[in-house]
Amino acid sequence: MAITSSIDRLADRAAGATPPQMRHTVRGLSDRGIAWLFIAPTIVLLLAINIFPLLWTLYLSFTNFKANRIGREIKWIGTRNYERILADADIWETLQVTAHFLFWTIALQVLIGFTLAWLINRQFKGHSFWTTVIVLPMMLSPAVVGNFWTFLYQPQIGLFNYAVSFFTGIDPSSFQMIGSVNLAPWSIVIVDTWMWTPFVMLICLAGLRSIPDYIYEAAEVDRATPWRQFWTITVPMVMPFLMLAVLFRGIENFKMFDLVVELTSGGPGSVTELASINLKREAFEKWRTGYSSAFAIILFVTVFGAANIYVKALNRVKQR
Amino acid sequence: MKKTILAGALAVAGTMGLMAQNAKAQDITLCWAAWDPANALVELSKDFTTETGIGMKFEFVPWPNFADRMLNELNSGGKLCDIMIGDSQWIGGGAENGHYVKLNAFFDKEGISMDDFAPATVYAYSTWPKGTPNYYALPAMGDANGWFYRKDWFSKPELQAEFKKKYGRDLGEPKTQKELMDIGRFFQGREIDGKKRYGVNIFTERGSEGITMGATGAMYAWGFKYENTPGKYDMEGAVNSPAAVEALEFYKELYECCTAPGYTDSYMQESLDSFKSGQVAMAMNWFAFFPGLYKDENVGGDNIGFFVNPAQNVAASTLGGQGMSVISYSDKQDEALAYIKWFAQPDVQAKWWSLGGYSASNSVLNSPTFKDSQPFAADFLEALAGVQDFWQEPAYAELLLAMQKRLHDYVVADKGTAKEALDKLIVDWTETFEDEGKL
Amino acid sequence: MIGGTKTAHSIVEPTPLAKRVSGVIIIIYALITMVPLAWIFATGFKTPSDSISYPPKILFDPSLEGYVNLFTTRTRQTPEYMATLPPPTTWYDELVRSRKMVIAGPSKFGERFTNSVIIGFGSTFLSVFLGTLAAYGFSRFKVPLKDDLLFFILSTRMMPPIAVAIPIFLMYRNLGLSDTHLGMILLYTAVNISLAVWLLKGFMDEIPREYEEAAMIDGYTRLQAFRKVVLPQAMTGIASTAIFCLIFAWNEYAFALLLTSGTAQTAPPFIPTIIGEGGLDWPAVAAGATIFLIPVLVFTILLRKHLLRGITFGAVRK
Repeated sequence: MAITSSIDRLADRAAGATPPQMRHTVRGLSDRGIAWLFIAPTIVLLLAINIFPLLWTLYLSFTNFKANRIGREIKWIGTRNYERILADADIWETLQVTAHFLFWTIALQVLIGFTLAWLINRQFKGHSFWTTVIVLPMMLSPAVVGNFWTFLYQPQIGLFNYAVSFFTGIDPSSFQMIGSVNLAPWSIVIVDTWMWTPFVMLICLAGLRSIPDYIYEAAEVDRATPWRQFWTITVPMVMPFLMLAVLFRGIENFKMFDLVVELTSGGPGSVTELASINLKREAFEKWRTGYSSAFAIILFVTVFGAANIYVKALNRVKQR
Repeated sequence: MKKTILAGALAVAGTMGLMAQNAKAQDITLCWAAWDPANALVELSKDFTTETGIGMKFEFVPWPNFADRMLNELNSGGKLCDIMIGDSQWIGGGAENGHYVKLNAFFDKEGISMDDFAPATVYAYSTWPKGTPNYYALPAMGDANGWFYRKDWFSKPELQAEFKKKYGRDLGEPKTQKELMDIGRFFQGREIDGKKRYGVNIFTERGSEGITMGATGAMYAWGFKYENTPGKYDMEGAVNSPAAVEALEFYKELYECCTAPGYTDSYMQESLDSFKSGQVAMAMNWFAFFPGLYKDENVGGDNIGFFVNPAQNVAASTLGGQGMSVISYSDKQDEALAYIKWFAQPDVQAKWWSLGGYSASNSVLNSPTFKDSQPFAADFLEALAGVQDFWQEPAYAELLLAMQKRLHDYVVADKGTAKEALDKLIVDWTETFEDEGKL
Repeated sequence: MIGGTKTAHSIVEPTPLAKRVSGVIIIIYALITMVPLAWIFATGFKTPSDSISYPPKILFDPSLEGYVNLFTTRTRQTPEYMATLPPPTTWYDELVRSRKMVIAGPSKFGERFTNSVIIGFGSTFLSVFLGTLAAYGFSRFKVPLKDDLLFFILSTRMMPPIAVAIPIFLMYRNLGLSDTHLGMILLYTAVNISLAVWLLKGFMDEIPREYEEAAMIDGYTRLQAFRKVVLPQAMTGIASTAIFCLIFAWNEYAFALLLTSGTAQTAPPFIPTIIGEGGLDWPAVAAGATIFLIPVLVFTILLRKHLLRGITFGAVRK
């Protein structure tokens, strides 16, 4: 299917060479037996813990079920949950918040990540050590790190406000990153960017390193300016990698929960209430299981659909 | 090398797995919030273990996560807790969904009478449906929202003189909500002992129940009611009555005029923080914390005073407090019941109060020495006489979270008007009650 | 600089100056990005009052109070009561007494950390075990609908965890798996298996098929060839896949928050709820975070060669 093959194709390019696809004839039943013996447990586990729950969610989304009301009769209510969600202004608000978060985190991470990769690719002394240092934040527990960032963001006593005040002279108690309606959406963008820029950087770096030197050499022969080389060689060659990075970040940040819930828990008001946080409130605090199942299905279809469309675009970029 | 690390780690994991299994079979686990009274209960429970040989384990969760985690535990049919000291609003769900064991037969058998406990606490913590003699909990911890202030600042002669000049009355414990705001304004931004101080700390927390508990303190004082006719769920004109709108506007104004910067998500711990660090002149919080505050080295003792939630149109306080229930999924219900039987004894209740817990037992509350036993004891009795609680419906969480959102959107995020916030709340609540089949 | 004369130092080989400038910018960025982590580490060694001082203290007298608070529960006592106690026997007793408190017992941190270890290693073992088998199957045999199956395995990662958690919550409630180690191990295995299969398939693809065929000509059965030839060759790949799975299970928060409450709760939902007297006990939170983050830091450094591959599900292999 689309994503697999395209990622595979991309991988082919990235690795330069992939092992040749085994076109061997299967030798007898025993090999086929082994194949199924090896693959089946994984498939069974995924069916039990992913597909079965997904189907169950789909069923629940058409009911009025509430998981905290054990004895109550479960009624089939058709598409009522879906209608309610689509008509709910609060849901649209959370989707807007999610879109803002997605757009800015991806924009900043691509910009900073690409720049960093471009600089690292100049192979200065010690570049691999510093690359490892830069990469550290993204491997850490988002919940634990997010929680600690609330401390860094405290007005007066937090390091962030103090640093801003040190460089700009603004009184550190005069603004609040996670308490103010205007700044809170940016406070989560900043932390996510701090954490995940290295991810984009690493992928871009792989892209830059995949460009063979002879292409630049040929450009030199043609007397292309560095500026022109950058736009006609570097950018187009790195683009598929960059788009892959955007795909991963897009899916991850659409699902974002842990980091932001620990940072702002959706507040103030609902200005940082991402879709996942809203879903958690509906499903596990209000216990509107049927309603939240419908919302879960809508979110899943959205990611799945968007990812598929995106991958088609990705393939077109590569073919050009 | 990596292989050895992996193998070693697996071995460690294996042994740890075995270790985790060997808790004593006889121990029972009590679940509650992580706060001062819980520490007092640990101390108190040592006597129970001595008397019965039943060991006590505790699972305390901080307030902002308490309801979330514990309701999740109950709804998943978990066996973590044998005894739950659950919040007052859980009683409807606890009873109807079968999480709590009904205690009537046990009370009858052991001769425990609900007449021995303060009526307001029995009504709020034990009964479901409300006010009927069906008991699902023993009142464990009486509580209400109250206020405390920096007595040392209030008694500074220069401040007293200045306040009198400005407001024409003495600087002292406020008698009304509006007086409270005056005092807040008076202290806001004022320099005392070389540091900048602020007026008040009020609850603004978004995630669990904070801002609702805080704002309803003002709303009840203005005469707020959930329904026009009790039991009819007719909220239009009650929830958004002019008095309710005025009270909510007042709460927002109090938040804007008189709180310290950075307290946009403030609940119990933040209230204590802001007060103990000397940022604010007054703060609201549950009576449960008052014993600890009074003992505080810096702001306690002679430096602190306490007062009951000021009235505006009526005298009222937001109810806190919890009842003690036995979990129906527990395998150790007998031991859990033995604990409740022990806890209900008058001498245990007396010790509970002396250690810093708020007994709801008449034997303690009606004792002639009670009022003078602590500087806040008389205020506590006064508050208890006028407590009001949020919905205790089985769908309470849904109702509460809707209110959290509407209030936080209006008060902190500055969205819309008070009237709009309450109107939207009625829409949210109507939807919930319709889903419940109650409307 | 006039174009044309410096062709040797084009983008292919940047000038020494360009290299130096890049280096300086990268180092500045790296240092800034390290500040929050350094702050976590430093805060762990502050006293609670130093941790919330204004302006933030960069130089301070180190104290182990945060670590002591992390591992103990304490109660405040009156001086009269303290006077009746025997003198403190350990340094941590003494430290706590100096704050007019006594140690009431151990905290829950040890248990939660142990849970993280059990669930992390348990699920890692299972996912790598199942993943290795499946990856070998996909890499070496003609499987009908192979691409669809592989895509299906990958797509299980696209669902928001909260969405999956709803029915899993119900399922675990019925099966009695809520808040159990086994339940969490199975769940994390199911989440990690997509990563394990994709990564390991890549590693297996790189092992020349001729090795096994040679072994089979020598009389090995297919299974023997797998065990004696392929597995040893794939060891590096298996080890790095294992570390990736471990890091995921170690850091996971949403499922742990929703499906555990005590017995099987891991550290990530627990650490943010460490409170002291009045407010979050930041030194203790920071101490817990430090202890919790260090294993991942070490693993990341061990893994740096395979990092890119791991975070892109094997899509980028360099």
